[in-house]
Amino acid sequence: MIDIQNVRKSFGDLEVLKGIDLTVERGEVVTVIGGSGSGKSTLLTCINGLEPINGGKITIDGTEVHARSTDLNKLRTKVGIVFQQFNAFPHLTVMENVTLAPRKVLGMGRAEAEAIAEKQLRHVGLADKLSTYPSRLSGGQQQRMAIARALAMSPGYMLFDEVTSALDPQLVGEVLETLKMLAEEGMTMILVTHEMSFARDVSDRVAFFHKGVMAEIGAPDQLFGAPRHPETQAFLSKVR
Amino acid sequence: MFDYTFQWGQAMARLPRMLDGAVVTMQIAVLSMALGIALAILLTVLRLSGSRPLMAVATTWVEIARNTPALFQIYMAHFGVASFGLYLSPFASILVGITFNNAGYLTENFRGALKAIPDTQSRAGRSLGMSQIQAFRYIVMPQMLRISFLPMTNQMVWAILMTSLGVTVGMNSDLYGVTQDLNALTFRTFELFAIAAVIFYVITKTITLGGRLIASRLFRY
Repeated sequence: MIDIQNVRKSFGDLEVLKGIDLTVERGEVVTVIGGSGSGKSTLLTCINGLEPINGGKITIDGTEVHARSTDLNKLRTKVGIVFQQFNAFPHLTVMENVTLAPRKVLGMGRAEAEAIAEKQLRHVGLADKLSTYPSRLSGGQQQRMAIARALAMSPGYMLFDEVTSALDPQLVGEVLETLKMLAEEGMTMILVTHEMSFARDVSDRVAFFHKGVMAEIGAPDQLFGAPRHPETQAFLSKVR
Repeated sequence: MFDYTFQWGQAMARLPRMLDGAVVTMQIAVLSMALGIALAILLTVLRLSGSRPLMAVATTWVEIARNTPALFQIYMAHFGVASFGLYLSPFASILVGITFNNAGYLTENFRGALKAIPDTQSRAGRSLGMSQIQAFRYIVMPQMLRISFLPMTNQMVWAILMTSLGVTVGMNSDLYGVTQDLNALTFRTFELFAIAAVIFYVITKTITLGGRLIASRLFRY
C-alpha cells in the first residue's frame, strides 16, 4: 500500500504540492490528470524518493520513504518508475539495458537476469530486439523497453509519468496497450497521463490535480461523467 | 658555405638502436595514458563529489597541468622532489611528469563529455535502485569514455611527443635520448634527428588513424 499524507513540496518559493492525501491499495490503478504545473509529475518523483519533500509523509508497505533511516536504493527496487523521456542507456543493447539493474543491484547471475529480461521483453513485444542498440528503436519501442527494464526488478508498484507524451501520435497506442495489459494483470500503478479515454478505460480511480491540490478523486465514470469540482469541469471541457 | 656531406649510411646503421628507443618511448606513453585515464576518472569523481576540499584538489591539479609547461612538470618530478630527498629515476620522473599532465588534460576532456550526457541518465539508474556510484560506474562513465575517445587519442599523441623532454632529466633509453647519445658519438646530427622525426611521425600517425578505426567500430550505437 502506498500511503500519502499531507505531502508538501516546494521548489524554491514555488509550492508545487500543497498537502496531498492519497492512498493506493495493492492491485489498484490510479490515474492522475491535470494541467501542466499542477504537481502531478512531482508527486511521482516524491513517491520513490527521487525528490525530497517539505512536509507530510509517504509510506510504502510500512516504510517511510523520506525517513533518514530508509535505504532508498532498496526501496526503489520495489517501486518502478518510467519517465516521459525514455532514458534508454545508449551504450547498452536492449538486453543489457534490462539486465543491468537486476545484475548490479539485485546481484543476479547473468543467466538468471537474462531469462527474466527476455520474459519481460517478450511481454512488451520486443523479443526480437534483444541485441539491438536503443538508437535503432522507435520511440514507442524505447519506451516499452524502459517499461520492461523497470519490470525486470519485479517491483510491487509501478509509477508512470506521462509515458506517452514524448511519442509520435502513431506510437502512443502500442505503449498504452502495454500499460493496459499490466493493469489487467493486477499491477499496482499510479499513472500521470493526458490520455483521457485511456484513463477512463483502465483506472479504478482518477484524481484531478489543480495548482498543487488534489481537487477531486473518484471512479472514472463519476469523474469524467459527472465531475463535481468546477476546475475539473473546466479542465475536461478543454481537453475533450 | 653549405658543405655538409650527408652520410645516411652511418645514421641508418644505428636504426636498430633507435627502434629500441622507440619501444621505450611507446612504453612510457602507454603507461602514462593508462595511469592518466585512471587518475582522470578519479579526479572527475572528486569534481562531482560536492565536497569543497576534494573539488579543490581536482581543480588545482587540472589548473597546474594545463597552464604550466610540461617541461616544468617533468622537472618537478625529478629535481623538484629531489629537493625533499625523494629520488626518482629518469624513467620514473618522465612517467610521473607525463602522467600528471595527461590526467589534467583528460579530466578537462571528461568534463566536456559529461556535459553531453543528460542528468536523466543517472536519474534513470537511481530509479532502478542503483547507488550514485553504481549509476556513474555503469551508466555515465562508459558514455563519458566513449565521447572522449578521440580526444584521448590526441593526448596519447602528446604523450609520445612529450617523452622527448626526458633528456632534460637524464633519460637516455627512449627514442629522443638514444638519438641524442648517437649524435654525440657520430655527429651525424641532421640525419639522426631526421630519422627520429620520421619514427615519431609514423608512431603518432598510427595512433591517430588507429584511433579513428577503433572509434568507428566501437561506437555502433
